[in-house]
Amino acid sequence: MFRATLKSLLARKLRLLLSGLAVVLGVMFVSGAFVLTDTLGRSFDAVFADAYEGVDVNVSAKPRLEVGDFEGEAVAAPVPAETVERIRGLAGVADATGIVAADGARLIGSNGKVVTSFGPPQIGANWVGVSDLVQLREGREPQAADEILVNAALAKAGRVAVGDRVGVLTLEPKQEFTIVGVFGYSGGRDSIGGVNEIMFTTPVAQQLMLGQGDAFTNVTVTAADGVTNDRLRDDIAAALGADFEVKTGAELSADAAATLKEGLSFFNRILLGFAAVALLVGTFLIINTFSIIVAQRTRELALMRAVGAGRRQIIGSVILESVAVGLLASVLGLGAGVGIGALLAYLFGNLSGGLDLAGIAVPPAAVIGAFGVGLIITVVAALLPALRASRIPPIAAMQDVATPDRPLTKITVAGAAVTSTGATLLFLGLGGHAGDNALITILGGVLFAFIGVALLTPMISRPVVGLLGGIFSWWMPGKLGRLNSGRNPRRTAITAAALMVGIALVTGVTVILDSAKSSISGLVQEKINAELVIAGAQTGPRPSTFDPAVLEQTAALPEVALVGGAYGDLAQVGDERTWVGANTNVSMLTQIFGARATAGDISRLGPDQMLISSDVAASRGLSVGSTVPVQLARAEAKTYTVSGIYEAAEFLDPITLPATAAQGFTIPQPMMGFIQLTPGAQAADVLPQVETLLADSPEVSVADQGAFVEQQTEPLDGLLRMIQILLMLAIVIAVLGIINTLALSVLERTRELGLLRAVGLGRAQTMGMITVEAVVISVFGALLGIAVGSGLGAAVVEALRDEGITDLVLPWADMGAMVGLGALVGVLAAVIPAVRAARIDVLGAIAHD
Amino acid sequence: MMGLPRRPRGTAWTKRREGEDVTATVGRQAQAAARASEVWKVYGSGEAQVIALRGVSCEFEQGRFTAIMGPSGSGKSTLMHCLAGLDSVTRGTVSIGETTVTGLGDAGLTKLRRDQVGFIFQQFNLLPTLTAKENILLPLSIAGRKPDQAWFDTVIETVGLRDRLGHRPAQLSGGQQQRVACARALVSRPQVIFADEPTGNLDSRAGAEVLKFLRNSVREHGQTIVMVTHDPTAAAYADRVVFLADGEIVSELIQPTAETVLDTMKKLDTQVEVGD
Repeated sequence: MFRATLKSLLARKLRLLLSGLAVVLGVMFVSGAFVLTDTLGRSFDAVFADAYEGVDVNVSAKPRLEVGDFEGEAVAAPVPAETVERIRGLAGVADATGIVAADGARLIGSNGKVVTSFGPPQIGANWVGVSDLVQLREGREPQAADEILVNAALAKAGRVAVGDRVGVLTLEPKQEFTIVGVFGYSGGRDSIGGVNEIMFTTPVAQQLMLGQGDAFTNVTVTAADGVTNDRLRDDIAAALGADFEVKTGAELSADAAATLKEGLSFFNRILLGFAAVALLVGTFLIINTFSIIVAQRTRELALMRAVGAGRRQIIGSVILESVAVGLLASVLGLGAGVGIGALLAYLFGNLSGGLDLAGIAVPPAAVIGAFGVGLIITVVAALLPALRASRIPPIAAMQDVATPDRPLTKITVAGAAVTSTGATLLFLGLGGHAGDNALITILGGVLFAFIGVALLTPMISRPVVGLLGGIFSWWMPGKLGRLNSGRNPRRTAITAAALMVGIALVTGVTVILDSAKSSISGLVQEKINAELVIAGAQTGPRPSTFDPAVLEQTAALPEVALVGGAYGDLAQVGDERTWVGANTNVSMLTQIFGARATAGDISRLGPDQMLISSDVAASRGLSVGSTVPVQLARAEAKTYTVSGIYEAAEFLDPITLPATAAQGFTIPQPMMGFIQLTPGAQAADVLPQVETLLADSPEVSVADQGAFVEQQTEPLDGLLRMIQILLMLAIVIAVLGIINTLALSVLERTRELGLLRAVGLGRAQTMGMITVEAVVISVFGALLGIAVGSGLGAAVVEALRDEGITDLVLPWADMGAMVGLGALVGVLAAVIPAVRAARIDVLGAIAHD
Repeated sequence: MMGLPRRPRGTAWTKRREGEDVTATVGRQAQAAARASEVWKVYGSGEAQVIALRGVSCEFEQGRFTAIMGPSGSGKSTLMHCLAGLDSVTRGTVSIGETTVTGLGDAGLTKLRRDQVGFIFQQFNLLPTLTAKENILLPLSIAGRKPDQAWFDTVIETVGLRDRLGHRPAQLSGGQQQRVACARALVSRPQVIFADEPTGNLDSRAGAEVLKFLRNSVREHGQTIVMVTHDPTAAAYADRVVFLADGEIVSELIQPTAETVLDTMKKLDTQVEVGD
């Protein structure tokens, strides 16, 4: 039995390879994800090990405000200069150096634009001399207050050189400096992990990066001979008390790497998500292929039964085949995954400004994932066809091989049941009835919906395929193609369903994002009463900011009625961490955002007062007169009194603090500015004037409402494009499925093709016939996908109604494009089978038995 | 007898006068609908060389029903395939009507099959997805030609399938399927119909029906038919039987009966055996 299985496997290697390819792609993503995160993880380990190489022990003050994993970096409280002196005097300390180093030093390059890093921080630090790590490459150390050094990576990215006069944005607005030197790092590196770094003199660094003189962000300590780092750490910690964090260099580097790896696991999840999509589509493909193989081997299997093979042996033989395919696909997928993981790591390293990659290795998780997923998917997909194979009666060996047209009742009932399960799960998940399991419930709902619709597809396929094919019926080959596509509804259905998955996901995402865009645009027009908006497109983790002086200058323009800047940050308010805002001008609330007071006075705000939204008031039980302690990132804790409550609405912060509080925010600069014009003033006249005022704030620009919405929703377009590209993979796999189905159909219908050719069907007509068959299947799949995707998208939009997504936008143009894509996919998939069909030797086809 | 519709494209259609005996035409030099001249067909080369046809020359006159017979391996099917342009010849020429088949490319062969040749195979003659009527009209649809309604009606009447036109092949008996195939071959009024063991898969009654129908289409409508068979009874329906053995024409019978065919076959068998 084993040998018979192997032989039949080898006889159909091409076909199995084609279906195996789907699994290969899925496995590729799984193992690629693990290889990528492993490689990047080890690379970051090396980066931080380097960064803290010369540090025996590091001392920093505990941050005033703890922040969560995805809420940005905590701002450490400053370490006073006298603490450095104290540490230096401790026993076991050879030397202690006060360091200023913080994110947010942004160089304006020679093109007038801010040099961005796309991820890694842009460090501004004090120059403390060369070390084992830091090497001066060119120029000299900074001596005057307006002298800086930049690292080689930044010099390259900003196209600046020693002697250049450059602008730098820090906690302060733009200031001008002269580059007096360029430095690099040990091993000839331009940057450590893509970080851009600017070195100031110590007093300047303190003022610009910390916002206060005579203090440091941390202190690096060198141990005296014979003192271990651990010992020194404990001694210093004991001497300084609980307000300081004392860690060895090794601990610090491990902590920093761990934080970054946490972020990397996000990549891992995205890639695994796409692997899941690829594998779902691949499962459809494998079920189809094995079903067809079993149908074609009916005689052979019946003969085996007739000569005494048991049911289990038949099942075993099909399963064995699937194991072989699964193994092969896993091996190939793992190989491809290592390749794609390495490629992505390389791209990532390059994008983030030259991360030195650790060597590519294959982590055990990649191997286990590859074989686990590849084997399980293939075997599970082959189970159903295997069971069917075992039910073939021995008598079938003596009969004509005919694909019996089994009734579709059972499969339709099952499909309806699975679809409604999916719909129920979606309802529960999206409706917020699933609690913490919402995401899993939603994903499960989507999966069930896909499988359910796939099961319903044979039933739907008859009328729809008939209707679709009607378009081609005027042409005989077209009519034949249409009839062929309707011949085996199950096969057509599952092939179309494979395409459906990719198209449905693309459609769903497009519906959601387009609806979001439209809603945002509507809200902006409706709720923001300002003709011009100052804002920047955020390119990194740090939001774009501008010089608040611009606001005053703008206010002085005669056409401007009201202008205000908005600040924001996370803060500890009472016992909860929450978003707080501050406006340069409290009247913005009512004048620009249309806030309506429900209690107290919201038209003014004293330095110790706060305004809250009605939601916050209700959920925290606060009312006018309540006092709440607030801890900001850069300020001492302070208690505010609620002086007014406004009705919660879009664009209104849950808590509004006075403008003075903004100096305690992580980023003490305004992120957005709103300009209201006097009646009769033209936005187009004022815009260039404000543009001029913003010359020294290159991160932002001024725009009218339309352009503002464009700018703010641009990231959504980018996201959409990225998702579309990745989902193309699912569509590519579906194309493989169509090729597979058609190739098998051509094979099955060799004699028929011979007959058609004998009665005068030309080669071009033959190819046309096959192409129509493919196009009918693929357009059917595209239509299904559009329908399912619109449904899913609409469900999500409905669920997000409370979040402000109120418009449901169906992207008709995109849908049309997807039908076109479906047709194109069909044409492409038909090429090989059509050529094969056209090349069929007429005599051989009709003479063969 | 029905009035014959006009044959398209001006090709000759030998119209027979009422009551004229077919035997009368035998002696006359009727125009050939298909012709093979010195046709050789050799498969393989060297040791494995097999000569299927050894310089066969033969004419198939218009409006006649010719059977090709011979023991298996005699080359009878090969001859038919070569005549129909389904297989290429190694040497010699084949022509159908005024078209020289030898040397035609795929496009030319497709056109030839579409316009001048009809086929009836032993089995799998019909497309399962099409109804009987659609199957019958298939060659015309492929060619993009409109069927001649009167002629279509005549053909349907003759094969007696009027009430089966909307059925799919799976709903028809073997005999009915074969009659649909005959109607399909006939409806485009080809120069020649090639029938390859058309009754091979039928029981004797159904087979007889098909054969009668083929003979009638020759007698009444002047259709030319060339049929390969190994069944003497089937061959007896033809006007003429050509016997092949070992790739050569070895004998010929005019106005055969089952007995004369059988006798000739026996003689050939003995010759082959003696030859061995």
